[in-house]
Amino acid sequence: MLTTQWLYALSGCLLLALGLRSALLHPALLQRILAINVMGSGVFMLLIAIAYRGPGMPPDPIPHALVLTGIVVAVSATALALALARRLTREQPHD
Amino acid sequence: MTDALIALVALPLTAALLALLLPRIATALVIFSGLAITASAIALLYGVNTAGALHYELGGWTAGLGIALRADGLSAILLLMIALVMFAASVYASAYFGKASERAQFWPLWLLLWTALNALLLSGDLFNLYVTLELLGLSAVALAALSGKHAAVQAALRYLLVGLLGSMLFLVGVALLYAGYATLDLATLTQVVKPGPIAWSALTLMTLGLLLKTALFPLHFWLPPAHGSAPAPVSAVLSALVVKAAFYLVLRLWLDVFADIVTPTAANLLGVLGAGAVLWGSWQALRAERLKLLAAYSTVAQLGYLFLFFPLLLALPPGPARDVATGGLVMLALTHGFAKAGLFLAIGIVQQRSGHDNIQELGGMVQRLPLTTFAIALAGVALIGLPPSGTFLGKWQLISAAIATGQWLWVAVTAIGSLLAAAYIFRILGHAFGNQPYPHQAVAVAREEWPALLLTLTATLVLGLAGAHVWTLLENGS
Amino acid sequence: MNSATSLPLLVILSSLLPGLVIFFLPEGSHRLRTTLNLAGAFVKIFLVGVLIWGVFHGQSYETRWALAPGLDLVLHADKLSLLFVSLSSVLWLVTTIYAIGYLETSPHRSRFFGFFSLCVSATVGLALAGNLFTFVIFYELLTLATYPLVAHRGTPEAIRGARIYLTYTLSGGMLLLIGTVWLYAIVGQTSFVEGGVLSGLSSEYHTQLILIFALLIAGLGVKAALVPLHGWLPEAMVAPAPVSALLHAVAVVKAGAFGIVRVVYDVYGVTFASELGVLMALGIAAGITIVYGSVKALFQDSLKKRLAYSTVSQVSYIALGTAILGPIGTIGGIVHLVHQGIMKITLFFAAGNYAETLGIHKVSEMNGVGRRMPGTTLAFSIAALGMIGIPPVAGFISKWYLGLGAVEAGMAGWVLPVLILSSLLNAGYFLPILYRAWFRTPAAVWPDEHIPAARFETHGALLWPPIITAVLALAAGLFAAAPYSPLEWASLIAQREYGL
Repeated sequence: MLTTQWLYALSGCLLLALGLRSALLHPALLQRILAINVMGSGVFMLLIAIAYRGPGMPPDPIPHALVLTGIVVAVSATALALALARRLTREQPHD
Repeated sequence: MTDALIALVALPLTAALLALLLPRIATALVIFSGLAITASAIALLYGVNTAGALHYELGGWTAGLGIALRADGLSAILLLMIALVMFAASVYASAYFGKASERAQFWPLWLLLWTALNALLLSGDLFNLYVTLELLGLSAVALAALSGKHAAVQAALRYLLVGLLGSMLFLVGVALLYAGYATLDLATLTQVVKPGPIAWSALTLMTLGLLLKTALFPLHFWLPPAHGSAPAPVSAVLSALVVKAAFYLVLRLWLDVFADIVTPTAANLLGVLGAGAVLWGSWQALRAERLKLLAAYSTVAQLGYLFLFFPLLLALPPGPARDVATGGLVMLALTHGFAKAGLFLAIGIVQQRSGHDNIQELGGMVQRLPLTTFAIALAGVALIGLPPSGTFLGKWQLISAAIATGQWLWVAVTAIGSLLAAAYIFRILGHAFGNQPYPHQAVAVAREEWPALLLTLTATLVLGLAGAHVWTLLENGS
Repeated sequence: MNSATSLPLLVILSSLLPGLVIFFLPEGSHRLRTTLNLAGAFVKIFLVGVLIWGVFHGQSYETRWALAPGLDLVLHADKLSLLFVSLSSVLWLVTTIYAIGYLETSPHRSRFFGFFSLCVSATVGLALAGNLFTFVIFYELLTLATYPLVAHRGTPEAIRGARIYLTYTLSGGMLLLIGTVWLYAIVGQTSFVEGGVLSGLSSEYHTQLILIFALLIAGLGVKAALVPLHGWLPEAMVAPAPVSALLHAVAVVKAGAFGIVRVVYDVYGVTFASELGVLMALGIAAGITIVYGSVKALFQDSLKKRLAYSTVSQVSYIALGTAILGPIGTIGGIVHLVHQGIMKITLFFAAGNYAETLGIHKVSEMNGVGRRMPGTTLAFSIAALGMIGIPPVAGFISKWYLGLGAVEAGMAGWVLPVLILSSLLNAGYFLPILYRAWFRTPAAVWPDEHIPAARFETHGALLWPPIITAVLALAAGLFAAAPYSPLEWASLIAQREYGL
């Protein structure tokens, strides 16, 4: 259905915009990390919308593969970001 | 020759895994795989020079989901630069990191970074480029944070977030392109892409993402702290190679894939940002109090020169004149890579020996560390753009193309930028000639000094005197 | 490679390679360093001799190496380059001997002699450069090689002087580079050719060519110390005496003057340059510099500074000669390239001897120094009289030809007054020194005597170089008409330039 595809695409764009706004405006570290994750979800929804090829047709595998890779990247990047953030907040600045 | 293509990715990746599993022999592993990678890069360069661009599909999968490797003159020569810089920095790092535990943490990430760099240069489709870009970003961030100091971790975190933001923008661009043209293969895209909203917005988003990663003024704010607080060998490759990988992609997109889409206005905008980078970066380098910050701001400035070429290349008709100018651009990128890597390595020696890198308190380090100072001076010659460095030839082409196309503004920017560079370099060297006593015990290790010296010699003498081959190679390998 | 293609390169390598080795020698290996220095200097003179012999027998020498598409590094021996190469290699030998004596006990000698050799290599490269691109390369290398020599003493003043020197020369280098690239953008790669290469261009390019000429001369004028670009020269006086000697006589200021000669004669062509109207502008700049430098010299009590302003003035005689249209003026300018070098190096050697032997730095401290140091003072006197233009010393020949050339070119109206005024001023700042040195009674104690009079008045290595160069200055004047004399040589060059 065309509407579902557009729903995905538009909400993807919305998430992207919201995420970008928070990432740029919020100074708090955790919020920034989350905002970038929200952006990621927006892109993934956009890609899923792109993969849709009409009712009864199998979806295009390439955007799906991109989404899967993107999720893996997002998870590892978030883990790295959180680890660094934890280190930063746990230690007092000493140099 | 396809063996060399595969080896360039497989060797560092395998070595990374082995280094993780066998930390005791990791150093030897890095040196041997480094030699093998360098040999592969040379073989690839030779192959591309004799047989033209190469293409290989891993496991026979066709473009789309499969992984295709390709190399032309530009990527082959950058791959060789990566191999040489990484190898020299590896030798340096084996002495720089004194403790075994430090090295055990360092080597796997280091090799992963190497894998990502090589794979990025060999990728021919946007999917793989996205993946390698991410891998590069993550390993670079982890390396930048390695010292664990507060400033380093803070800078690394900012680096990570900026990098992720850049990747997101890049990915949206990729999605748009796929929606519009149903392909991610660069070669195919080059043929099918048409001027229009999709192409323009995709190019804008991808470029914006990449400019964040390559730290073009005014998006450079994250670079100086990250490069300035990483361990010396890491700073070296971050400044010399990692930012340049993102630049390489911008170059590919603007000159190959979207060649019919980009407008002179857009190219001028990149030129203006480049000019801002040259002036602002040089000025900040002049005011920097620490050597590493000076070097980092100098990277901001030197990247600016590369962007000055965009309005020039666009104004030149395709043909010999444009090829010569493109060669100048590549020459600038190469010399900066070697010179800046050598500079950071040399600064690392000074910093380790004196316990700080305050420019005001360098004292008479030339007396204690003559070879290191010589390396800094050679790097300086290349950064200013004086002969016999390759930069001189690159800047000659830059000025020549600017005059030929009547774009005098870039001539003025180049002239002012070079003089500012001279000012910040001789700020260091002036100290080196001073008579002040140098209280710290300073004995440099050959494994640290020689990599710095050889890298800077490559930038000043080898590229300067054998520079003509760069142009030949770009022509043969297209 | 055969001798025709390798000889120019070898001439450069003969000082470059010893220089590179010297950098790595430990401070203590005095003997090996001296051997390398002198061997390099003698080999260079020998190779230059072969070059001269070959060129006069119709052989042509050229080393060519492509650096980029359409950009070749060209080393080429023609008569003008040979004149400058012989001057550099002879004076390098003399200065090396002097520097060995002068720096006997000071620290960082390996560094000093390393850069010293690089400096001479750059000068020789500049002399042999076969096109503007190559010239620019060596011009910048010369800047790089001399900076450490000016900063050598490491005192705050030395580092400040070196920084000022660098600011001027690198800015000048940038102007020269832009001018060169601009010219390249119009005509592509061109070699130096007697008579120039630009006269064929259509008149729509003339405005651009005038601007390019201004850029090139401004860039070269910094090193040639054309007013108002001369500010670095008095500041660079903080350098050790052998460096000042070499800087003023051959290396730096001469590089600028030689460049001006090349641009006027072998790029633009003197006739074409005159048609463009740029020669007159150059001549006026030179004239102002000549008078200004002499006036400033009059008021300096510091001996080295007085000599420095004298250089500002004297080097512009060369530029003046190129600005005078006609073979005789050309001869005067080119021959002064050699004459000024020999005389000025003598003066600086002598000044270094006074400072090193007796601690004399000021003119006012020179009373009666002729009795204590007769050899040095005699050499100083010969060179000073030559500078004023008194026959039979070499300087007279230069001024005679310049004056004659000006009359011939119809420029006597302003050139002759400049020459006369300048000679009077020369006398005004040199004769009082000679009077003090020879006729005043010496002070009871010298300011800081640290080399006592023994067999000679000072170290032999310090005494002989000024005497040798003073004799050369006399010989260049006395035997000006002999074959192979600088004058004969300059005449040959002028004949070729004007197609006579």
